[in-house]
Amino acid sequence: MKQVYAVPKSLRPVPTHYCPGCTHGIIHKLVADAIDELGLRDRAVGVASVGCSVFSYDYFDCDFQQAAHGRAPAVATGIRRAVPDAIVFTYQGDGDLASIGTAEIVHAAMRSENITVIFVNNAIYGMTGGQMAPTTLVGQKTTTSPRGRQPALAGQPLRIAEMLATIPGATYVARVSTTSPAHIARAGRAIKKAFQVQAAGEGFSLVECLSTCPTNWGMSPVDAMAWVEKNMIPYYPLGEFRTPEMPETPERGQANG
Amino acid sequence: MAGRKLFKGNEAVAEAAIRAGCRFFFGYPITPQNEIPEYMSRRLPEVGGTFVQAESEVAAINMVYGAAGAGARVMTSSSSPGISLKQEGISYLAGAQLPCLIVNMVRGGPGLGGIAPAQSDYFQATKGGGHGDYRLIVYAPASVQEMVDLTLGAYDVAERYRIPVMILGDGVLGQMMEPVSFPEGSEPENAPQRPEPEWATRGARGGRAPRIVSSIYLKPEELYKHNLRLQEQFKRAEAAETRYEEVRTDDAEVLLVAYGTTSRVCRSAVEKLRTAGVRAGLFRPITVSPFPYKALGERARQVKAVLTVEMSLGQMVDDVRIAVAGAAPVDFLGTTGGVVPKAADIVERAAALARHGAADQATREGIS
Ligand SMILES: Cc1ncc(C[n+]2csc(CCOP(=O)(O)OP(=O)(O)O)c2C)c(N)n1
Ligand code: SF4
Repeated sequence: MKQVYAVPKSLRPVPTHYCPGCTHGIIHKLVADAIDELGLRDRAVGVASVGCSVFSYDYFDCDFQQAAHGRAPAVATGIRRAVPDAIVFTYQGDGDLASIGTAEIVHAAMRSENITVIFVNNAIYGMTGGQMAPTTLVGQKTTTSPRGRQPALAGQPLRIAEMLATIPGATYVARVSTTSPAHIARAGRAIKKAFQVQAAGEGFSLVECLSTCPTNWGMSPVDAMAWVEKNMIPYYPLGEFRTPEMPETPERGQANG
Repeated sequence: MAGRKLFKGNEAVAEAAIRAGCRFFFGYPITPQNEIPEYMSRRLPEVGGTFVQAESEVAAINMVYGAAGAGARVMTSSSSPGISLKQEGISYLAGAQLPCLIVNMVRGGPGLGGIAPAQSDYFQATKGGGHGDYRLIVYAPASVQEMVDLTLGAYDVAERYRIPVMILGDGVLGQMMEPVSFPEGSEPENAPQRPEPEWATRGARGGRAPRIVSSIYLKPEELYKHNLRLQEQFKRAEAAETRYEEVRTDDAEVLLVAYGTTSRVCRSAVEKLRTAGVRAGLFRPITVSPFPYKALGERARQVKAVLTVEMSLGQMVDDVRIAVAGAAPVDFLGTTGGVVPKAADIVERAAALARHGAADQATREGIS
């Protein structure tokens, strides 16, 4: 009989602290699958950020560092430079990456730091109880936008994948969703590709994963999935924004030699 | 010792760090320490090392965290406003017990302040400038040679206690040129290969168990235990690494206390006072954290008065008072804003203390 499903080796067989229906768990599995399939576990060093995924090092079965809020790409840079053959990845939420950590992510991309960034966009600050994030949609209610996000007060949501794709050093940038089996399969392929780019020494890779936060959105897990498809995907289109094959992707990489 | 060569303080500390095994430097430009990153950008690639100009001091210190967590000997340098920005990262380094070297060539503040030398970062260097219960090991060299010597041993100390080490200099020390000798055999190519620390995260190779570098302890009892562990390490460092120098203190009746650049001025003030018949001496902390409380406290018992001199409006003087613990009156003479105290002013104040200051001082200090 052919085995079609297995718990990846790079994930520990332990229950997680994530809320029921939260898609952090799916994204963890996709990352672990990619590391397993590419045989990278014994070279992998993850960087956990500050957010609901702060304890992701309890779930991934590889070396990990825990970074200050927003600084994971800088911490990853330090690891990358100190251990040239390591596989270095960060796992960051949208408060972490798109708000407090914007300088670090932009400059890691500028240097084409040979790291992989897993960026979890759930349009809200999960861990601190549902405050507005830079990615919160217009009109979306949060605990700090009780009347819904108003552009006059808070501007328009930040499209990180598109923004980073304008940086010459960004080798691979994609946005995926985790809201259906087909989306999850595509997300898995993108994450794997991002790690392949790093393993080949081709420079900075980032996969933005549209994710749910049923708890702070005040929805059932099923409604939350539908909400992503109806509201987030139209504003945050899915796809590959930069790949190594694109002609405008310049040569790079000696910075990470 | 090999021959002596003229070195600017900033370049000397950079070369010394490399000879101590530093192979990674992350920094951001700020006066008056720019010669350190400039030197590193030239020199590190020659010895197989890596220099990265970070996007900010915040990023630089977190790059230090990553590299230190991977077991590398790593360094950053800055000056006061930049060190303020690094404080969050320093707190994380202390919490995760990551050894590293941080150089602060202090300039005047608060705010943007000025670029002239100052000692107004004593509090943030020694009292935990970042959040949480932790201490750094902080050296306050008074010459370029001493800065070299302390830097050469800094990683060994940082690694022994798993506490970040800071070199607390100032604009004078960074900019002045003095003859320096490096120990024979300290050339970078002779640097010993350091074995991978048992906590370093470089990838769980060969089937070893994964490791975690972290400073998070959400359960109060666990954080309690962790902080006690940190304190224990610092106490061990205090017992073994506390350093100070005494100049003509054996028979001193007036004791000057000063560190770094200010101690150089005090040293010449002591000579002038002695010539004028005043029995003055100098107590110079070399580690300002751990502070030599015990040695200073003992010395203070024999003197009529203590005079603390700083390029600040009074920061180390708090530690001096703790050390002296009422055994003698403690007076203070300080300059701020980048002005260096004059030997003549120190002589005048110390002479007055020797003549009749003790009584005045007792009232001033509220000791009756
Ligand atoms: C310097 C600092 N500021 C604020 C916080 C508080 N904080 C913890 S998690 C978080 C936001 C996390 O949101 P996000 O990155 O979107 O991740 P999620 O929890 O949604 O997965 C904040 C602001 C902190 N830990 N450190
Ligand atoms: S608060 Fe939101 S993001 Fe955090 S675990 Fe719960 S559902 Fe997931």
